[in-house]
Amino acid sequence: MEDGDQVIKKFMYMNRKSPYGTIYALESLEVVLIAAAFDQDVSLVFADDGVYQLMKGQNTEEIGMKNFSPTYSALGDYDIKKIYIEKESLEERGLSLDDLQDLKYEDEDDDWAEKDSIHLVSREELAEVIDQQDVVFSF
Amino acid sequence: MPIEVDGQSYETDEEGYLADLNQWRPELATAMADADGAPLTEDHWEVVNFLREYYEEYQIAPAVRVLTKAIGKKLGKEKGNSKYLYELFPYGPAKQACKYAGLPKPTGCV
Repeated sequence: MEDGDQVIKKFMYMNRKSPYGTIYALESLEVVLIAAAFDQDVSLVFADDGVYQLMKGQNTEEIGMKNFSPTYSALGDYDIKKIYIEKESLEERGLSLDDLQDLKYEDEDDDWAEKDSIHLVSREELAEVIDQQDVVFSF
Repeated sequence: MPIEVDGQSYETDEEGYLADLNQWRPELATAMADADGAPLTEDHWEVVNFLREYYEEYQIAPAVRVLTKAIGKKLGKEKGNSKYLYELFPYGPAKQACKYAGLPKPTGCV
């Protein structure tokens, strides 16, 4: 494909399930990393039990699954800079942003300054962001 | 096909990636590269070691684009480009170097 023809679409990945117990969280993360190679406008949402995916200090030793939570901090390397956390989902679970990993990316156009990838949004604001997407994948 | 190093046998998958990354030893990388007919130099080791560190931190093998950018940042611009990395690893820097590093095939390599 030639440069001029390339259509950039807005892809959103919705993560609504807790990280272990089902394969959804890990599958979503793998799809996101693969799709990042295609230079699209990618955003991630963590809502409902999905907010648990970003919890700090995960330890999976007892359940015999790989702890893939460190991989979320590589998202910035993959140019994924828009991560929305639904505020109500955190509050309903007695959590705050302090309980979650601090995800950052380096801005190439700003002398590699580290910037926050995480945006805390209300349910209402999130609905608007979803409305702007071309494609929404729900996991 | 398993790899034999110093009389010990190491399981690999059908593409030659080490089955259990905890079994990795530098001698395995040397043996794999020798079998491919291109012995490892200091420059190769820089990349192999970098990949092992990246995996240790993020639990993934980076895609080639991510690897190139990160190498450039860590080892300098003259090394952070695909020409340099493909000269070292003609079968694809992410794929081949990850194999020597004992890591799984990078996510996104089809």
